[in-house]
Amino acid sequence: MKLLRLIPNDTNFDFLRIKVIAFLFSIIILSGTFISLMINNLNYGIDFKGGILLELRSKNPNTSNINELREKISTLNAGEVSIQNFGKETDFLVRIQKQEGDQKEQIAMIERVKSLIDKDYTVRRSEFVGPVVGDELKTAGFYAVSLALLSIMIYIWFRFEWQFSIAAILALIHDVLTTVGLFSILQLEFNLATIAAILTTAGYSINDTVVIFDRVRENLRRYKSKTHYFIYNKSINETLSRTVITSVTTLLALFIIFFFGGAVLSDFALAMIWGVIIGTFSSIFVAVSLLTYFNINKGEKVDDRTNIPEYEREN
Amino acid sequence: MKSLSRIRLILIITSVIIGILYATPNFFNTSQQVQSFNFLPGKKINLGLDLQGGSYLLLKADMNVVFAEKLDSYLSDIRSLLRKSKIGYKKLSIQNDIISFQKRGETSNDKIRSIIFSLDKNLIVENKLNSFFIRFSEKNKNNITKTTMAQAIEIVRRRIDETGTNEPSIQQQGADRIIVQLPGLDDPSRIKKLLGKTAKLTFQLAHPSIFPEDLNEDSKAPPGFIKLQEDKNPDRFYMINKRVMVSGEMLKDASPTFDRNNSPSVSFQLSALGGKKFGRVTGKNIGRAFAIVLDGKVVSAPVIQTQIFSTGQITGSFTVQETNDLALVLRSGALPAPMVILEERSVGPGLGKDSISAGKIASIFGLVAVMVFMLLTYGMFGIFANVALVCNIIFIIALLSIIQATLTLPGIAGIVLTMGMAVDANVLIFERIKEEFNSGRNILDAIEAGFQRAISTIIDANLTTLFAALALFSFGSGPIKGFSVTLMIGIATSMFTAIVITKYIVFLYSKKKDVNSVFLQD
Repeated sequence: MKLLRLIPNDTNFDFLRIKVIAFLFSIIILSGTFISLMINNLNYGIDFKGGILLELRSKNPNTSNINELREKISTLNAGEVSIQNFGKETDFLVRIQKQEGDQKEQIAMIERVKSLIDKDYTVRRSEFVGPVVGDELKTAGFYAVSLALLSIMIYIWFRFEWQFSIAAILALIHDVLTTVGLFSILQLEFNLATIAAILTTAGYSINDTVVIFDRVRENLRRYKSKTHYFIYNKSINETLSRTVITSVTTLLALFIIFFFGGAVLSDFALAMIWGVIIGTFSSIFVAVSLLTYFNINKGEKVDDRTNIPEYEREN
Repeated sequence: MKSLSRIRLILIITSVIIGILYATPNFFNTSQQVQSFNFLPGKKINLGLDLQGGSYLLLKADMNVVFAEKLDSYLSDIRSLLRKSKIGYKKLSIQNDIISFQKRGETSNDKIRSIIFSLDKNLIVENKLNSFFIRFSEKNKNNITKTTMAQAIEIVRRRIDETGTNEPSIQQQGADRIIVQLPGLDDPSRIKKLLGKTAKLTFQLAHPSIFPEDLNEDSKAPPGFIKLQEDKNPDRFYMINKRVMVSGEMLKDASPTFDRNNSPSVSFQLSALGGKKFGRVTGKNIGRAFAIVLDGKVVSAPVIQTQIFSTGQITGSFTVQETNDLALVLRSGALPAPMVILEERSVGPGLGKDSISAGKIASIFGLVAVMVFMLLTYGMFGIFANVALVCNIIFIIALLSIIQATLTLPGIAGIVLTMGMAVDANVLIFERIKEEFNSGRNILDAIEAGFQRAISTIIDANLTTLFAALALFSFGSGPIKGFSVTLMIGIATSMFTAIVITKYIVFLYSKKKDVNSVFLQD
């Protein structure tokens, strides 16, 4: 059987030669992120903003449509209301801003909507998040992402050198920010699942970075007489096949969630698809490229063979 | 090769068998399981509310109300203590959560302080010249919160139990919050209504000469009286004596019934002590209106016709459902604090089912896609990786069942994602073997070296991912926690399957066959 080969055996791409172009690309998407955040901000879901969300399914798909539903709900004078199709023609997602007054008003509004549409729609899901909880979740989300980044940074610092840890964390921040940027630019709903997607992306991306760093560390010991430039390039090339294969299997899984996992999961999968792509990119072009700006000590200028198995030493 | 030791084989086979035993119940629906699989250990994985349908409520006890009430009762305690000790005082009042008064006469400040401390030694007492200021310390507040919450949870539980909801879960969260989870209940309106009432019931006499007809919004209450709204008619007011004659704690039972005019009402029975008190009050006040006050509003104020002892009826303009609910909340007792709903999430059974089937489809497709890809990329070794992958999924399902974790929709996504990421450990190993092989090792040495070197990378890479999953766990609520749990379990099992199972199969195979012929050549 002829095996599938995505990456030839002995690649020798000069990745670092295009690092300036890669940096430019990163700067462009990062600026895009900041500009979009300033102009569009994030489309916070009710998890963070507070408010009411209802998922409705029409009982008589022939007569009901989004305009009719919109008209109906507008009679409630509930303030800002957004209604959109959700997954299917017959399914609608209704978001209602948080109501004036205390929590009782919010609950009362849900009841009012429910009794209004009761005849023509079934309520598949109803959610209400009070503003207090929304703010708490926002803070908790921010802390969770920071805590994850910090603990990853410390771990890498212990296992590698501090230079690696700084390069890795900058690459991670790059991934997190651009994923947030994606949500801002496309105005996708930013909710609890998004935070989960961001953290998983961070986990994936650091996984990728660590694999390459691991090889860099090994090669630094092995080829002490070679330049850093050579070693970094060689390490990326040696791990390239693995990087690509793992990205492909992960993306396969994610695309399947995107297409078959239902409407609730599709934004989540989209964030992760972006995260895997940008994470792979950043491991090579941000993390390793950044290493070139540090002068990492290789020790004596003699190739160290002690942690190479004996059978290989004559190499 | 020592990796082929018998102990290792036994370990692998045992863990796979245990995995299969614990995972199997999840693949059958309950009725089938009862018939032919009840010899299996363990239970199915808990499905989260987003998959089985149900409601989640986050309640907060409004402690400020409780603090104010408590402070109020301390105010009357202080008044009576000062009187008893014959200490003159003036301007005894509460402002901004501080009780203040000025002493008259020459009693020493220390004596007054010690009298106040006899009430509660944790109070904060300050005095300037003749003025005293008393407020709660954090310790007071914490103690009050603790006892209030214990009671509140008990009452919430009783009220929910009485509705006959299946397997409700009621837990305290933080200092003053309660999480209520109601599986299978997709419309929690009734529960919310039941929990929305504190159901503080009191019987108080109405003013003998000021009647509702004389009152409007601007009327002022004479000392010792309070103006209260009527429950069903906010424009009608009553002038009610502040003194509580009988309160809801003295109720023994309450049930919905109909009164003489056949309109829905609630009959109640008082405890022995309550009955005695009720008899005394009604006996002395025939002809006066006796108000039934619920949560600060007058339900009705019937005129006392005869002396009544331990049983009575609460009438008002009720519907049958309202009398059912009122009787229920009266039986369960008053909530010690008003409950505010901070968050509510309800999922109907339809959406839950759809999510499960979408999850199933995504899992199967994901599994097939990854397996086909691995087979195409690695041939025979791909099959080994796929065996490991299947074991991995069995382990994940088994572990989730064993720890009785809650599987949520994001959790299913976590499993599918793990399928994609789990093969990474195998990819790392195989790629390393390839490299070692291409640099001129013989195949057995290459396999040995490949495993040996890939392992440190696998551990580093997976531990860092684990940090992200841990952060997610610490942050997450409900569904997100479920996702992080599956992710963490996936990381652990994928390391085990790659390092132990794949390794064993590869070594076994390479010993018996000429590996070169099936692997790694271009």
